[in-house]
Amino acid sequence: MTDTVIQQPSQRTVEDLDRLVIRFAGDSGDGMQLTGDRFTSASALFGNDLATLPDFPAEIRAPAGTLHGVSAFQVQVASETVTTPGDAPTVLVAMNPAALRSELDRLEVGGTVIINSDAFQERNLDKAGYSDDPLTDGTLDHYTTYLVPMTSLTKEVCKDLGVKPRDAERSKNFFALGVVSWLFDRPTEPTLDWIDMKFGKRPLVAAANSVAFKAGHAFGETTEMFQATYKVRPAELEPGTYTSINGNTALSWGLIAAAQQAKLPLFLASYPITPASDVLHELSGRKNFGVRTFQAEDEIAAVCAAVGASFGGHIGVTTTSGPGLALKAETIGLALSIELPLLVIDIQRGGPSTGLPTKTEASDLNLALYGRHGEAPLPIVAAYSPSQCFFAAIEAVRIALKYRTPVILLSDGYLANGSEPWRLPDLEDLPDISVDFTTQFNDSDEDGNPVFQPYKRAPETLARPWAVPGTPGLMHRVGGLEKEDVTGNISYTPANHGLMTEVRAAKVDGIAADIPPTMLDSDGPATVAVLSWGSVWGSVTSAVRRVRAAGTAVDHLHLTHLNPLHADLGDLLGRYRTVLVPEMNLGQLASIVRSRYLIDVKSINKVEGVPFTASEIAAAIAGAVDDD
Amino acid sequence: MTTDTSTDQSTTKADWTSDQEPRWCPGCGDYSILSAMQLLMPQLGARPENTVFVSGIGCAARFPYYMKTYGMHGIHGRAPALATGLATCRPDLDVWVVGGDGDILSIGGNHLLHSLRRNVNIKILLFNNQIYGLTKGQYSPTSEIGKVTKSTPLGSVDEPLNPLSVALGAEATFVARTHDMDRTHMQDMFRRAWEHSGAAFVEVYQNCNVFNDGAFAEITKKDKRPSMLISLQHGEPIRFGAEGERGVIMNRSGELQIVEVADVGEENLLIHDERAETPSLAFALSRLSSGPFMPTPIGVFRAVGGPEYASQVSRQLAFAQERSGPGDLHALLRSRATWDVA
Repeated sequence: MTDTVIQQPSQRTVEDLDRLVIRFAGDSGDGMQLTGDRFTSASALFGNDLATLPDFPAEIRAPAGTLHGVSAFQVQVASETVTTPGDAPTVLVAMNPAALRSELDRLEVGGTVIINSDAFQERNLDKAGYSDDPLTDGTLDHYTTYLVPMTSLTKEVCKDLGVKPRDAERSKNFFALGVVSWLFDRPTEPTLDWIDMKFGKRPLVAAANSVAFKAGHAFGETTEMFQATYKVRPAELEPGTYTSINGNTALSWGLIAAAQQAKLPLFLASYPITPASDVLHELSGRKNFGVRTFQAEDEIAAVCAAVGASFGGHIGVTTTSGPGLALKAETIGLALSIELPLLVIDIQRGGPSTGLPTKTEASDLNLALYGRHGEAPLPIVAAYSPSQCFFAAIEAVRIALKYRTPVILLSDGYLANGSEPWRLPDLEDLPDISVDFTTQFNDSDEDGNPVFQPYKRAPETLARPWAVPGTPGLMHRVGGLEKEDVTGNISYTPANHGLMTEVRAAKVDGIAADIPPTMLDSDGPATVAVLSWGSVWGSVTSAVRRVRAAGTAVDHLHLTHLNPLHADLGDLLGRYRTVLVPEMNLGQLASIVRSRYLIDVKSINKVEGVPFTASEIAAAIAGAVDDD
Repeated sequence: MTTDTSTDQSTTKADWTSDQEPRWCPGCGDYSILSAMQLLMPQLGARPENTVFVSGIGCAARFPYYMKTYGMHGIHGRAPALATGLATCRPDLDVWVVGGDGDILSIGGNHLLHSLRRNVNIKILLFNNQIYGLTKGQYSPTSEIGKVTKSTPLGSVDEPLNPLSVALGAEATFVARTHDMDRTHMQDMFRRAWEHSGAAFVEVYQNCNVFNDGAFAEITKKDKRPSMLISLQHGEPIRFGAEGERGVIMNRSGELQIVEVADVGEENLLIHDERAETPSLAFALSRLSSGPFMPTPIGVFRAVGGPEYASQVSRQLAFAQERSGPGDLHALLRSRATWDVA
């Protein structure tokens, strides 16, 4: 079976697809992330809208051929705008039995499976836990299956290059990419150019990958195995220059932009943690922007170094994920108490404890809101799409600087690694977020002598003055002990602590007047609304479109800020008979909304390490409309 | 560090004394350390606005409140990490860290190691009183075995840390010890630390007269000093005693040993070399005494050059700008494949 190609001579047709959801799956060492990335890139350059979902294990190289070593990459490419990586894939590329076994259930019934048949030997079947050969035992009865001996064909075409067979085998992912590129009519130049660029210094590797890619493409064209090829026409996107971007890169660039718009240097202090490390990597390579990066000895040192930088007048930032946010809690309380700007970025992942390091979740909202001792409110901003991470970073820095407060920016594993086309913004349109350091005395003592009062607040923002070391005359001490209003001197006076507690809360509450309203997507009168925060925005947007297309009215409310909440939210929520709150947690926002507005919203939960599909949310909306 | 000694820039002790009244117990050793520092600063020609004291939590950590400089009273154990961020971004400042043995060696031990090995330009003063004072008398990581405290009613069974050995193990480029009974010696050590480019670690034996009174009396009382304190001088034979009658040699097994000079001959005494490339000799000196009841070396154990962290970071920034040109955000957004939609 493994060396046979099913020949089905027939008239080959070209079919138009509005959308294609393809999932590449193989062993961790098979290069599936790279293959998916390249398919995505070619599709983006071709003009499709798209969204991706890399889905890989926490282990770097789990034992080859096993189920827990399967690494997958899903992408939806479409001729219309999309906001999710798609629900069930329509095409699955499976490089080995483990990949087939672990991913087949996701495929829509009647979907297409493209299989590297060379990998279906007894040993690999055993490792994947197949007692019978799935290629022959009926497992694939409900799918259109193409068996392609990718390994042997790749080895064959690499023979003349002088590449060792073992090395040649490693190019089989490019063979697979060639096959699907042909099948879905993707341009080949971007991939070939990329191979030259990426492997230019290793000509033999570059040649093997190129040859394998071309051979895969030619295989599709010549074997007559495929009865049709498919076209996904370019999407009608807003005019502009586009690039393909994932959330962590957008976030990193947003921080650079924020520093420029604030006219202050950026200091990033982080400890490596999945899925946040790529921000540290990206910014470490941007030293020419004046960015200082610091890999600290632990999560606590990282946030402390960022606070130290802020004390010195830089923009102190630290990136982390849930476990790290837990460790940083005490220091965030310090920054809150000494009222210095600080940005803490939490790229959420499955928890508690080590949880699911490489899988997405949005379950740190409670930790961000409440995870400190004492009354310790701080502003929270949440990104909602990969490219929007750029703007979320600027917004979070703006609030931190203007209000001299730590801000937590929530992203998640899906946004971090998922990518989409991004229409590049006009830099002229970015807000000026610069603030002034205090350089003069701001008060006088009883004898009329000028003095500096580090806790004399600006009446509008309640922000305290930011006087940085090096400023003559304004020497002052800040610390975590309670401070006397205005002077900042240590004070244990009961009434003063009450006042300071209330002022710190009022400062954060007041930010509500300085943030945009709730994002409202309405298409006419509706009695049902979906309320979202974070990356679930994509699935909700897609679901709402689907439901409306079926003739049902539904509104979509989305929160870009979780603390303070948008000033108009309470009034908005009061308009609907039913409000659904889908969250990748057990109802954290839902609880907040219930207690704050006394509205019994309906919580929809998914805590499985993968985003909601649009169908899941569309079904929930349909159910709510029926009950309404 | 920059020194500006022009007359109109000169300062006095009052310029370094904040309006906050110290809240240490009467008789605490911290008072004499504070006073030594406030008197030293004008001599150094340092500027209050360019000086920052950073601390963690504990009695010693209140120090910044009393210096009329910039200051941050941080959280327990984290002062070296706070100071590292500040010193990395602001190499123009003099950044001091002050903390006790619980703060810097226990909860903050990790940050001590890493700030020292990075050689960040911060000056760490460890006020070692071998007890937890602010929490009212528990044993600390430098308390001796058998110490009876509120949390060790039958005596401590924990082996204490030797702060200098720890610092030298992290290959700190500047390591010194002094004590709160000798202002001149303290000032000498603080001055040397201030002049050093890179991380400096100074252990100050400090008396807690409430919870651990007299912990160092056996070696620091005026009449005990000649026989119990071994003052290290670079390039000089290591000797002590009222008449310099005792000294230190390295024996055949490579161990340091206290001897009578008359027994071995002056020429066989160990010559102190604070600039030795490896920290081995300094480490051996740090192990010479196993507690403040034996003759104990004070002074500069190690002072060597080495790349300072913040300047290395700045150099990389300059190099990156030279190589890639100053950052251009417009170009960065277009640094990967782009396409136009008309």
